[in-house]
Amino acid sequence: MGTRPIHNDGKEHLKRIVTRPGPFTSSAAALGLETLETLERLKVLVIGAGGLGCELLKNLALSGFKDIHVIDMDIIDVSNLNRQFLFRHADVGKPKCDVAAKFVERRVPGVKITPYYGKIQDKDENYYMQFNVIICGLDSIEARRWINATVVGMVDENNPDSYKPLIDGGTEGFKGQAKVVLPTMTSCLECQLDMHAPRVQVPLCTLATVPRQPEHCIEWAHIIAWEEERKGDMLDTDDPDHISWLYRRALNRAQEFNISGVTYSLTQGVVKNIIPAIASTNAIVAASCCNEALKIATACNPCLGNLEDEEANTYMMYTGDDGIYTFTFRHEKKDDCPVCGTLAKELNVNETNTLAEFLEDLAARPETQIKKPTIRTNDKSLYYPSPPSLEEQTRPNLLKRLTDLVEDGEEMAVTDSDGSITFKFKLVFSSK
Amino acid sequence: MTETIPPPLQPPTSKERKYDRQLRLWAATGQRALEESHILLVNSGPGVVGVETLKNLVLPGIGNFTILDDALVCEADLGVNFFLDEDSLGSSRAEQCCRLLQELNPDVSGNFIAEPTTRFLDRPDSLQPFTLILLTSPVDPTVFSRIAEHGCSTQTPVFFIHSLGFYSEFSVQLPAAFPIIDTHPDPTALNDLRILKPWPALEQLAHEFCGDLDQLDDHDHGHIPYVALLLHFVEKWKAAHGGNPPENYAEKSEYRKLIYAAQRRDNPERGEENYMEAYETALKSLNAATIRSSVRDVFEAPECKSLATDSAPFWVIANAVSQFHSKHGVLPLSGSLPDMKAQSADYVKLQTVYRAKFREDAAEILGTVRALERSLRKPNAIPGSSIDIFCKNAAHIKLVRGSTIRPMNPDGPFKWTDRAKAAATSLLDETSLFPIHVAFVAYDQFVSLSAADAGKKRFRAPGAGDETAHDETDMIALADQILSHVFKQAGQLSYSKEDLAAAKGRVYDTVREVVRAGGAELHNIAALTGGLIAQEVIKVVTEQYIPIDNTCIFDGIRSKTEVHRL
Repeated sequence: MGTRPIHNDGKEHLKRIVTRPGPFTSSAAALGLETLETLERLKVLVIGAGGLGCELLKNLALSGFKDIHVIDMDIIDVSNLNRQFLFRHADVGKPKCDVAAKFVERRVPGVKITPYYGKIQDKDENYYMQFNVIICGLDSIEARRWINATVVGMVDENNPDSYKPLIDGGTEGFKGQAKVVLPTMTSCLECQLDMHAPRVQVPLCTLATVPRQPEHCIEWAHIIAWEEERKGDMLDTDDPDHISWLYRRALNRAQEFNISGVTYSLTQGVVKNIIPAIASTNAIVAASCCNEALKIATACNPCLGNLEDEEANTYMMYTGDDGIYTFTFRHEKKDDCPVCGTLAKELNVNETNTLAEFLEDLAARPETQIKKPTIRTNDKSLYYPSPPSLEEQTRPNLLKRLTDLVEDGEEMAVTDSDGSITFKFKLVFSSK
Repeated sequence: MTETIPPPLQPPTSKERKYDRQLRLWAATGQRALEESHILLVNSGPGVVGVETLKNLVLPGIGNFTILDDALVCEADLGVNFFLDEDSLGSSRAEQCCRLLQELNPDVSGNFIAEPTTRFLDRPDSLQPFTLILLTSPVDPTVFSRIAEHGCSTQTPVFFIHSLGFYSEFSVQLPAAFPIIDTHPDPTALNDLRILKPWPALEQLAHEFCGDLDQLDDHDHGHIPYVALLLHFVEKWKAAHGGNPPENYAEKSEYRKLIYAAQRRDNPERGEENYMEAYETALKSLNAATIRSSVRDVFEAPECKSLATDSAPFWVIANAVSQFHSKHGVLPLSGSLPDMKAQSADYVKLQTVYRAKFREDAAEILGTVRALERSLRKPNAIPGSSIDIFCKNAAHIKLVRGSTIRPMNPDGPFKWTDRAKAAATSLLDETSLFPIHVAFVAYDQFVSLSAADAGKKRFRAPGAGDETAHDETDMIALADQILSHVFKQAGQLSYSKEDLAAAKGRVYDTVREVVRAGGAELHNIAALTGGLIAQEVIKVVTEQYIPIDNTCIFDGIRSKTEVHRL
């Protein structure tokens, strides 16, 4: 093995590859023993310590990163143990980020992992500014949109350090994706929003009067029966007694309508909107994210979103249920993206729609997915969901037709409930 | 069909809770198959990718695993393998990885064997306990052949795995016939609703729903299930067209317009949802019931056509279903009905008619199966439940023809046989990842030649030392040899000199990247590949979903996979 450099601590494998250039390495990259030192100095933030997060922490620690931070607001549940491999049965009930950080620190000496048990929204730009790379392993679209808007919003053209590469992974069953966002330079997560269409909601009247599927009976118990019979009781979907109650009510209703297929497991799945998750898909997606992080950090090979190549791919989609298939492509930046674009987005709307109908439409459209927003034009406040005084003042507008509120082609600003994203829309009326 | 079973009053068991997120993918049957498996990892080299694979199998609860590895843990292992710690230094790598993997799941039984592979293989029946074997490169060619041959003769799946620097590859050797019933087709794939071939009970129900359409009040009119509408309008069409249904695209479009025009519009919605559902599914529903090529492959397989006493249940049922298809021109009905706008009671009525037909078709298949069993003098009857499952999935069954993984032949010319043309075509395609495969073949040859030099004691990876130029020259010479075999054996192909030079250039660059790795594994690539392999192992063991056939290449520079049949 020969003499071992002091900072190398067993990283023979990594060293062999990242300290010497290969045929695809950019000529601008200066690789050498100092590459390992650079890696040690960089600060990486991992958002989420769940299925992807556990993998991300392990992978980063074994890729030469030494200063890793992790944020997560959840505690460990039994159903996490089939894939979140840093947790054991005895850890159930403890904060995920604390247990995960301690485990990896113990297993990989020399790595420092700083956990934060809380929400990403607790932290401000000053906090996010300290990192060199941010990697997300989240299961919520809302959280992704928030961090994306924050990271893009931090860009200051005069400060190269303000550009934080954002790497995002996601999984569902045998499928997943990994993508790299170089804020303002490549397509951001908001530009890609229409790739994740919201779940189709079953109309309330179907649930109330003509259920046909077991899911309809469960949603009825969840949305209608609970409100009617246990008003005031906070529904806790993690409480087995609550789930059992919903299950029995759904089952009764199903029997009343001769519908079969209501089970405890289905009830839980529908009520908690459970997405199947397995270790192998998490391994694939998280490793792909960390592989990109290593390439970004060292320039040892071109990464997704590589700025030297105008056509560089930015997005890897993986499907594993029928063979193995990856589709790696360049997701184009959108000029009318509410987060990283500059233009107002044209929106075709039916001229007979009321403002209330328009709001429903904004929640359902894959490219907007925005609930309870504030809406205003240059000179008018059309609707404010809060504070109550403003809500009351603007509420009458909900029943008015859009055509009575705005001109054809007029711009309006629509801001989501936490104020992080503002869409600029130009309404175009049509008579469908 | 689940007949009304009284609901369990107690909540799920602790095992169901732990495995909840995966049971939603492969159900209790898949879980049982995992728990009955015993997976052998024959580990070598840096040894990370195999251990990462096992991690993803221990977590979901395979029954048993065994690691065979005679290496001792060195400091370099600690920097790349998560399932080793400082206490492991100097001990058996098999034992230490086994210990730390075992921690992940107390329901799994882990074993290790810390002896040289050849000595282990020399013991009689040493491979007999294992239901699946993972073999990692580098490996001695004779060890490779012994394990591959064992896989062939005992129908034990074998995976052969490479992971080096930014590249990885694995090949799957499956039994010669690997049929899958539960392929989990995309839920949006339309099942045959038999609009063109309704049976009497369905026709009668459609009449009942649509008999006096014009008399219905708006609510009822807007709640006729679209299946009934489609049937009703086919009847109308036939009456006006000499008894023929809409046949070509133009006629089908006409038919569709008819439905569109018939919806009531004097309502606030200015239309009807059920009519729109009928309109949207009309074209697909009127396609003559063709079967998928994957189903035809099953019917035309020799195993299906000529049954024997020892034929597997799959083939006996397939034969019966194939007879059903020849007789009726359709597959047995799956019995499932998509959701659609309807009154609860009407929907349930329709569902009941489809389920009854499913039962009837399954009963006919069962009769055929029993007759076949008698004539074949089969000792055991196939359970009725297996026949039901087959019928439910009949439109999506799939047969994978496992192929043997290429033999490792360090000296002689490598025979590409019928795969040469595909290989050459891939090499000429500048987007293909096939150069990585060529680089791995060259790598295998390099290490086994180096081992032969060292008296079979040690493998040496190209680029392992500080001086790599010499290894690079040797590797490129090996790659050149492989390329010349491929193009010689490929026969007629049209390409220019420049095309060939460019293809060679791509292979040389890939070879250089392999030499750069110097036999080292990158943890990320090992972890990603371990995920891909575990996914395939799960598919093979549970016989659900569709495994690859037969080699997957991954490029961590371009972040892409590619599957080849080699």
